[in-house]
Amino acid sequence: MKRIVAREEFCIGCRLCEVHCLVQHSKSKKIIKAFRKERETVVPGVKVEQAGHVSFALQCRHCDDALCIEACMTGAMHRDEATGVVLSDPDKCVGCWMCIMVCPVGAVNRGTGRRVASKCDLCMGEKMPVCVANCPNEAIVLEETDDE
Amino acid sequence: MAKKWLLEPDFRIERDPERCVQCQVCVRQCANDVHQYDASEEVVTSDSSTCVGCHRCASLCPTGAVSIRRAPLDFRPHGNWTAEVLRNVYKQAESGGVLLSGMGNDRPLTVYWDHMLLNASQVTNPSIDPLREPMEVLTYLGRRPERVEFGPGGVKDLKTQLDPTIRLQTPLMFSAMSYGSISYNAALSLARAAKESGTFANSGEGGLHKDFRPYKDNMIVQVASGRFGVDVDYLNNCAAVEIKIGQGAKPGIGGHLPGEKVDAAISATRMIPKGTDAISPAPHHDIYSIEDLRQLIFAIKEATRYTKPVCVKIAAVHNIAAIASGAVRAGADIVAIDGYKGGTGAAPTMIRDNVGIPIEFALAAVDTRLREEGIRHQASIVAGGGFRCSADVVKAIALGADAVYIGTGALVAMGCHLCQKCYTGKCNWGIATQDPFLTKRLNPNIATKRLVNLLRGWTHEIMEMMGGMGVNAIESLRGNREHLRGVGLSDRELAILGIKSAGE
Repeated sequence: MKRIVAREEFCIGCRLCEVHCLVQHSKSKKIIKAFRKERETVVPGVKVEQAGHVSFALQCRHCDDALCIEACMTGAMHRDEATGVVLSDPDKCVGCWMCIMVCPVGAVNRGTGRRVASKCDLCMGEKMPVCVANCPNEAIVLEETDDE
Repeated sequence: MAKKWLLEPDFRIERDPERCVQCQVCVRQCANDVHQYDASEEVVTSDSSTCVGCHRCASLCPTGAVSIRRAPLDFRPHGNWTAEVLRNVYKQAESGGVLLSGMGNDRPLTVYWDHMLLNASQVTNPSIDPLREPMEVLTYLGRRPERVEFGPGGVKDLKTQLDPTIRLQTPLMFSAMSYGSISYNAALSLARAAKESGTFANSGEGGLHKDFRPYKDNMIVQVASGRFGVDVDYLNNCAAVEIKIGQGAKPGIGGHLPGEKVDAAISATRMIPKGTDAISPAPHHDIYSIEDLRQLIFAIKEATRYTKPVCVKIAAVHNIAAIASGAVRAGADIVAIDGYKGGTGAAPTMIRDNVGIPIEFALAAVDTRLREEGIRHQASIVAGGGFRCSADVVKAIALGADAVYIGTGALVAMGCHLCQKCYTGKCNWGIATQDPFLTKRLNPNIATKRLVNLLRGWTHEIMEMMGGMGVNAIESLRGNREHLRGVGLSDRELAILGIKSAGE
């Protein structure tokens, strides 16, 4: 499947990926409104990790053997059969945070509004995940990958 | 220490509170610490005093909330004591130092290209459509033979031994910019773009990084007064060797790469100790005459077994024609002339703005002189220094240039906004810096593509203009000043440029 690959050597730490992710997953999908009115209800699925000048954007790897799916007791965390994308169903999630505990890369977040897990959904329905489309330095790219 | 209260900011940041979403992208992108985030107030604020006007923040702002304007504080108008002059005096009164600048001469002096107009065919000679008919822009640089002799086999049986030349797919090359003055990624992008476009990048005087060896067939390496990174391997891992005598931005002045920029990689490439200043002397201390220049040219030819053309780069100064003639007679296969609008990473402002002459005059004078002396075929002429567009290039070729060096234009293609602060090492666009936070900002994959696009676009435009003139090979345009007419020029200027006035 196609996965987002981080190119640490080109990440400039601007965090525009986080900005655009937040907007994409807001209700209004309008940047000013999203930041003004909806900031408390949406968490970006991508996070820039930075130490000194080394930085990269991290989001769910959509693992083939996803531990979060195994750990989920309600079946909220599941794999979309058609695309292979790992998704969390907010209607089933009870906020036990087991997915956060088992995620080896720390890519699942606690939602700030409702007590449900929040993570990258690869912008299902969009041609290109917005973080990739809006990275000014092509430091995150969508690539076909064989495995992890 | 004197207070800096006389130095007003050059720019003012205007932040639209309606649009700013406090995402802090601007805070993270400014190397000059203009933008700050006040966590207790949860608001981004800006301090305009250190803004250089590079537009990095405005370009990356996702809501377009940031605008940068010239500082609105005006002085009482004065024709002699302009705002620029006053600021310079204030700066020097505080520092006691030499004023420094980056990039080329920024004074609004006459651009003679804009006073020359090109011809086009009408009725009596057909224009050519370059999209339907062949249009040749292939260019060879190097020494041409006095005459060619063939054996009994005809044209396939050439008896004359030809001198080495370099082959350009388009008459555009990237000017010398050293690794050190520009970042690794910037230098790599230039080399890659040159290879992809079938033309040449120039290492500058900072040696050739070992990673750039795969691009050696598209590199011209430079031997300058500091002789950084020069050894026999260097001379043989290139397409041509350029002896840098002078630079248009700062004729008569050497170079100085501060020790802070000389990290392990630059130290290895330049062959100097880490952390030491890389100082290029003003002259080559072994070249005090044309005869000395000849010795160096032939030392290089010997070292390269006469397989590579040797170029001599000189700044456009008074008596340029005689100097160029001397260089050709000394054995130069290519003479590169750099006009006073050429760029630099750092030059004393007074030198940059007041020394040298326009490339238009220098080029015309050199081409005329070499023709008069019957030695024009002995060397190709490359013009450089402030070429902004393909029309400038076409006019230069009609004035007598074989090819053109583009430096500033290439940097602009990579993102440079001409803030002229290259010498601070804080280039927000990741070009003129060695700071690892900043050099990452230039992705060589993107920059290479942009450079290739620029060359491609200009080449297409050159072909279009040639087609309009009814010329189907760049050879037919070269030195063909009948295709140029002057407007708004004095008789003397027209005479030196060797062109007729419009209407003639």
